[in-house]
Amino acid sequence: MELSDFNWWTQFIRWGHIISGIMWIGHLWYFNFTQTPTMPKIPAELRPAVVRFILPEALFWFRWGAMFTLGFGLILAYMNGYILDAIKLGIGSPSPHTKATAIGIGMWLGTIMWFNVWFIIWPNQQKVMGTVSATPDEVNAARRMAGLTSRVNTLLSIPMLYCMVFAGHYY
Amino acid sequence: MEKLLNSLTGTIIAGFVLTVIVAVIIHALA
Repeated sequence: MELSDFNWWTQFIRWGHIISGIMWIGHLWYFNFTQTPTMPKIPAELRPAVVRFILPEALFWFRWGAMFTLGFGLILAYMNGYILDAIKLGIGSPSPHTKATAIGIGMWLGTIMWFNVWFIIWPNQQKVMGTVSATPDEVNAARRMAGLTSRVNTLLSIPMLYCMVFAGHYY
Repeated sequence: MEKLLNSLTGTIIAGFVLTVIVAVIIHALA
């Protein structure tokens, strides 16, 4: 295989997309399946250790995982030539367009989730961690908004992964 | 909606339901 082989490069980008995606969704599920349900059981004097040390580190890998997943995904869709068909969910594309419909729904779900991470969860978590100043009421509101949006992303991750796997393995 | 999202089990079930809906939409548009 030549290094100029186009397929070799698309596989490389796909590999980056999946590794970044595991980093992102792995942390999303850690927050929702492990950290959030466990916090009420942790003695109050130990909770600052989670919020001050584990949370900032986890949020770093979480949000940049989301960014690189989106970036690699868009590059991959462009390189494979289906980005426009996917954006319009295959509607109006030459038939059969099942894969474009599936990957398109997955892309839209993933993009909504990426937006939620960078523009809702992250700004609110900065208030919770105290890196952005806020009143106690604002911190409580931020904790609620970040938590609910994180749950929305957990919900959306289930059909999003269905679409991604469907599109990659439907023949 | 908030009550549903506050429940992890409810969130997962809603995710499976939404997946079925998405699968039907993919089938319908194919």
